[in-house]
Amino acid sequence: MSSSTTPTHAIDMDNISRGAATSQLEDETPCLEVKNLNLFYGEKQALHGVDMIIPKKRVTAYIGPSGCGKSTLLRCINRMNDLVDSVRIEGEILLDGQDIYHKSVNVADLRRRVGMVFQKPNPFPKTIYENVAYGLRLQGIKDRRRIDEVVEKALKGAALWDEVKDRLHESALGLSGGQQQRVVIARAIAIEPEVLLLDEPASALDPISTLKIEELIYELKDKYTIVIVTHNMQQAARVSDYTAFMYMGNLIEFGDTKTLFTNPREKQTEDYITGRYG
Amino acid sequence: MEKTSLSHHISRQFNEELEDIRNKVLAMGGLVEEQIENAITALVNGDTELAETVISRDYQVNALEVAIDEESIQILARRQPAAGDLRLIVAVIKTITDLERIGDQAERIGRMAIHLAEMERPKNQYSELEHLGVQVRKMLHNALDAFARMDTEAAVAVAQEDIKVDAEYDAIMRQMITFMMEDPRNVKRTLDIMWSARALERMGDHACNISEYIIYLVKGKDVRHTSLAHMEKEARD
Repeated sequence: MSSSTTPTHAIDMDNISRGAATSQLEDETPCLEVKNLNLFYGEKQALHGVDMIIPKKRVTAYIGPSGCGKSTLLRCINRMNDLVDSVRIEGEILLDGQDIYHKSVNVADLRRRVGMVFQKPNPFPKTIYENVAYGLRLQGIKDRRRIDEVVEKALKGAALWDEVKDRLHESALGLSGGQQQRVVIARAIAIEPEVLLLDEPASALDPISTLKIEELIYELKDKYTIVIVTHNMQQAARVSDYTAFMYMGNLIEFGDTKTLFTNPREKQTEDYITGRYG
Repeated sequence: MEKTSLSHHISRQFNEELEDIRNKVLAMGGLVEEQIENAITALVNGDTELAETVISRDYQVNALEVAIDEESIQILARRQPAAGDLRLIVAVIKTITDLERIGDQAERIGRMAIHLAEMERPKNQYSELEHLGVQVRKMLHNALDAFARMDTEAAVAVAQEDIKVDAEYDAIMRQMITFMMEDPRNVKRTLDIMWSARALERMGDHACNISEYIIYLVKGKDVRHTSLAHMEKEARD
């Protein structure tokens, strides 16, 4: 090729230069700040002084062996642990700068802002439409057209609309596991939360449904801060921007996913993600 | 060493696979080292038979490259390695490419040896090539050793050695140019010597590349296309 021909695709060297793509936790806007969080189930301490910042509109994943406290920590973020009698919590969690454990906080209001999806799809034994509309009805919204709009938007947001638009008034329980999980996600995002907590959202699903959920997570992070707990390390590697590794109630390492899975700082993290743990 | 201990994997089978692939790389490296040695010996002694052996054995190097590549792909597909394991596989895939290229250069020297065997031998018995060959072989040997021991300091030493190899190569080039100017009848032989020196110099560069992969493997730092000073720093951090 002669040197005078202009390249048809100019290469943007700024984006190619060394390490340019690495996201930096320090540059992110914090959504949640966990400060010196200790949690006790009765006498037993389940979380030990956890400190971390969960960045806004990013996907943060928690990984770690069973019983390491990752689900416990996730449940703290919308105060699900309040429902457990013997739990005692010290420290604070700030959502947009406000302590969610402060006396003045209305827990129902908090849970509207922080939605949660569990491992097992748990649609209500109602129609698909009613499942998604549920949160709106709780808020006392009666405008039929408004609800129609929100249901459609939420189902589209959950990448389910095309599959269910002709059967909105059939029972959600007739859907496949993956579809049910997306109904649950639609139900969670219908009330437009700021944060979406996903506790093993794909562990009961087949690989294709799992990929759909992962794809959905990728799309949702434009709008929501997503925190996901997963046993599947490859899943954490695929979907998250930041990953936290927990072990025995301690936050061992927290950093950008790219680095954590290729060159972790801590030996314990390395051992766990390479399968040398135990 | 410190970070990437191959043992203690929960899956013993995975452990064995990683161990096996590492051993194969070292075996391939050993073969390539032997090829260099034989190619140089053939050239220096005018041993056409040995040169033919070098040429005909290159297929073994190629076959090892293909086999190790295949095993690496299997591990990537089936094990989805992470962290140190992932870096090992990536380093292996890159290392064997350079080893294969070194093998090709050895084969090239083998061909030169056959050419040169037909010509009048110079008074110095190709001592300049012999010396450069020993140096380059040592570089490769040390690089493989550093790979086996995950020794980043030793990897840096290999890169440092390359400076000497390059200087020696330059000296040979200057000398050969002088010979050609002195007497044009020398040109044919001198060109073959120059190609051989060039092949050895390229081998040094490939050994250098391998030492860079070792730093990536052990430290997770990519030091390609940076300065030697930067490489030294990353190796020590």
